[in-house]
Amino acid sequence: MDGAIDRTLRQTWAFVFRGYHLTRRYISWVIVFNFYALTGSAAVALIGVAAHDHRLTLTLVVGALLWNFLSTLYNEIAMSVAYERWEGTLEYTFMAPVPRFVHLAGLSVFALCNSIVITTSVLLGLMLFTDITLAGANLGGVIVVLLASTLAFVGLGVMAAALPVLSPERGAEATHIFQGSLLLVSGVYYPVEVLPAWIQPISALSPATYTLAACRRLVGVGDPATTPHRLAGAPLATVVPELVVLLVMGAALVPLGLWVFGRVERWAKHTGRLKRTG
Amino acid sequence: MVLPAIQVRDLRKRFRKRRRLRKATASAEWALGGVSFDVAPGETYGLLGPNGSGKSTLIRILSTLLIADGGEVRVLGHRLPDEQTRVRRLIGRVSVDAAFYKKLSARENLLYTALLYGLKPSVAEPRAMDVLERLGMEERTFTVPLEEMSRGMQQKISIARALMINPPVLLLDEPTTGLDPKSRRDVQTFLEDLRRREGTTIVLTTHDMAEAERLCACIGFLAHGRLVAEGTSELLKRAAEAATLDDAFIKLTGERVTDGETPAAAAKES
Repeated sequence: MDGAIDRTLRQTWAFVFRGYHLTRRYISWVIVFNFYALTGSAAVALIGVAAHDHRLTLTLVVGALLWNFLSTLYNEIAMSVAYERWEGTLEYTFMAPVPRFVHLAGLSVFALCNSIVITTSVLLGLMLFTDITLAGANLGGVIVVLLASTLAFVGLGVMAAALPVLSPERGAEATHIFQGSLLLVSGVYYPVEVLPAWIQPISALSPATYTLAACRRLVGVGDPATTPHRLAGAPLATVVPELVVLLVMGAALVPLGLWVFGRVERWAKHTGRLKRTG
Repeated sequence: MVLPAIQVRDLRKRFRKRRRLRKATASAEWALGGVSFDVAPGETYGLLGPNGSGKSTLIRILSTLLIADGGEVRVLGHRLPDEQTRVRRLIGRVSVDAAFYKKLSARENLLYTALLYGLKPSVAEPRAMDVLERLGMEERTFTVPLEEMSRGMQQKISIARALMINPPVLLLDEPTTGLDPKSRRDVQTFLEDLRRREGTTIVLTTHDMAEAERLCACIGFLAHGRLVAEGTSELLKRAAEAATLDDAFIKLTGERVTDGETPAAAAKES
């Protein structure tokens, strides 16, 4: 039994090990992407600064940080198959005796670590461009909400990761279309109420909608007691409805993602799609 | 009675080609059209055939990367694809293209594989080092990124990767294609040594007749997805009344190994 657990832990660690060393070897690109994430976020946050509107600035900063976190998490998992096609290693990963659940769990652990590092660096950078303070924010509550939403985004990422298996040419493109759609409908930088009426029901299907709504409340966005010098973060109890929705979404999307991935993998083995490089 | 290490019975596979705005249709030609053979434990079995003959398709089915349309495959008694997880623990594969993370060093690539197979790096690393030493590689190359290595060196590391998991069955898909004569000889000598010392069962696909004669106890000629002849090199030469294995292949299959492929046949493999 211990042997099986040790083996599973090593197999999970393999993906973190690989991700860490690839990050190290591609460090100049990692810096470039982080720089781009920071400048993009700062450019958005400065819209609030230019309007001399603290509430708007806070809304944009929270949106930028959460989108960096969630999109990195999603992207790292969703693009994992596409990356392996580009490297030419996909067949070797798929013929290793790793249960697909362990494979995707390993990818998710690395993606989570990567998301935390990128979001932290963007946060530190944003503090240089804005006078936003974190004092008074319910940061513990934010972490709980992020952990809950991580499950849902892992599920979405796993489902999207199947797309490059399905179509070597179009799959990677489709993952970005899906990511862009989430950005549009989830109210990252604006309330979902400003979306056209026909899109608004779709926003209810995005886990990011609930993550953003809950985190904004926990940080104190919109609370009359919030001032530029001190935030009035709400207690965790006030976001229980969003937490429940996120956990239910995670509980549904993770198994659904694994099921979809498994079906697509089997189809690819029937059609010979694993061989083709992107 | 000793059971074969690999049993292949009436194996069939064909690929569907997608036409624009139409549903995928089955290719008229079979990539594998009813192939049957056995490989005894500890035997090196050679599969010879031109590009598009079905060699790589066969290796991919044995590697659990493809699911056959019909027939039966057993590896050390385990049926594919039903027992693919068990089979994956028993096989190592070396393909014609050394598929690695090119930016990572040999050591990083090998440790990643060891972890992927659930092995302790402290156990797997010395094994990989031993293989590399026997293949004539120096220890200092261990930390060099793969992209800075020659194709011959990359292929040796690919062999070390397949062997570090200590598999009883080794699937080699044109492992020496594109190697210089010295590297080719190193690999061939190593494979002979491996079979002798470890009793590893090897399936080897190759275009190289001399290599097949040197390494394989039994050789199968594959053409258009069919096994047209099988036996020792002497038996095949006798059956074809040919002086060389090359001549025997041409007589028995009606084509050349290296330059006889038609565009249609080559497309079938891709």
